[in-house]
Amino acid sequence: MRLHLLALLAKEPAHGYELKQALEQTFGGAYPSPNIGQIYVTLGRLEKDGLVRAVDVEQSNRPNKKVYYCTAKGRDVLTLWADEPTEGPRVRDEFFMKLVLAPLTGIADRMALINRQRRHYLSLMGDLNDLQARTAPDDRVALLLIEGAMLHLQADLDWLERCQEDLA
Amino acid sequence: MSDPALKAVNLVKVYSGGAVPVHAVRGVDLQVEPGEFVAVMGPSGSGKSTLVHMLGGLDTRTSGEIWVGGTRADTLSESAWALLRRKKIGFVFQFFNLVASMTVADNVELPALLGGASPREARERREHLLGALNLTDRADASPARLSGGEQQRVALARALANKPSVLLADEPTGNLDSRNTRDVLRLLGEVHRDGQTIVMVTHDARVAGLADRVVALFDGEVVDDGRITRRRTGTAGAVIDLR
Ligand SMILES: Nc1ncnc2c1ncn2[C@@H]1O[C@H](COP(=O)(O)OP(=O)(O)O)[C@@H](O)[C@H]1O
Ligand SMILES: [Mg+2]
Repeated sequence: MRLHLLALLAKEPAHGYELKQALEQTFGGAYPSPNIGQIYVTLGRLEKDGLVRAVDVEQSNRPNKKVYYCTAKGRDVLTLWADEPTEGPRVRDEFFMKLVLAPLTGIADRMALINRQRRHYLSLMGDLNDLQARTAPDDRVALLLIEGAMLHLQADLDWLERCQEDLA
Repeated sequence: MSDPALKAVNLVKVYSGGAVPVHAVRGVDLQVEPGEFVAVMGPSGSGKSTLVHMLGGLDTRTSGEIWVGGTRADTLSESAWALLRRKKIGFVFQFFNLVASMTVADNVELPALLGGASPREARERREHLLGALNLTDRADASPARLSGGEQQRVALARALANKPSVLLADEPTGNLDSRNTRDVLRLLGEVHRDGQTIVMVTHDARVAGLADRVVALFDGEVVDDGRITRRRTGTAGAVIDLR
């Protein structure tokens, strides 16, 4: 979440609660509902690293609020983040390790592992279908994210079939 | 208890035309309850097409039993099978099989008429189905002038036209882009909610994700048969891990 908050602060200075709202507004249903405590902890770390700085703003009848803004160093870090290619998904996942190792010990057979994993992927896909149907058509960011997750799952399922053909 | 919508007992298919016999389906037992949506999956060559073709009476079985509703079907004559199919089964082929000499509208209305619908019912059904699949403006075209994706959607509309008690489909979304797949998914979801029984061969995870149950074939045998559960609710963010 560090860099996500930093990016929002590079757009405009904000206090913690405004960041929570900005996350919700930008990502719609696509961001796990951010917890305000977590946001303050993250801001504290960013401040310690010199990527953001805070100023106290006086409020009438209320305690001062801290408004955070992005520093020049923060901008440099963001630029690096944006310029770097992002790691792709990891294929040698825990399931693959099970598929290779579990049959060696006799604790599970490959066909059963593959079948269980297929059901699991399909049930995730069912959830994504439901979610897509429930998501407002104008929540473009959430819909894109759902579609991306579906394409990943499709690839996982195709790959599962390849594993079955080769290993069964 | 009502009869299962579809039942196969120890179903076997051996293709014996070639130099060596091919055991395409080796003793499949399958029972599909009314209203169930079953996705049939498995690698290429595992016998999926052969199985659903036999279930629809489009390919003869070598041995075993097929029941449609409460009727034993595998022992029927070809013409009696055809009659049963007309009333009770909708079939979507992998390669469409539309009637080239008829318009899209007639391709869809014909099975409804053959199934016993009045001309008015057949027309209304056709209008609804073509509308749902975003094909209304293609109604008067001939199938040859349509894209692969459009032909495939017409084939689905045709298969649903007579409100069959079982919809059988062999990879009905193979030629669709993601927008058209969404239309197809929505229609399948809708007819399934209305109680349509569906047995569908598919590699498309989105389509299979709509199903209640998955049957996996491997080398002509059922290697898995179980329910697809739904557990999660909540926002996309909660389901999808942002790394
Ligand atoms: N008409 C046929 N004659 C001989 N062999 C066939 C015929 N149709 C299919 N097969 C063989 O039967 C097996 C199962 O094929 P099919 O049912 O088409 O599998 P799937 O649909 O899962 O790819 C394959 O080995 C295929 O080559
Ligand atoms: Mg096939």
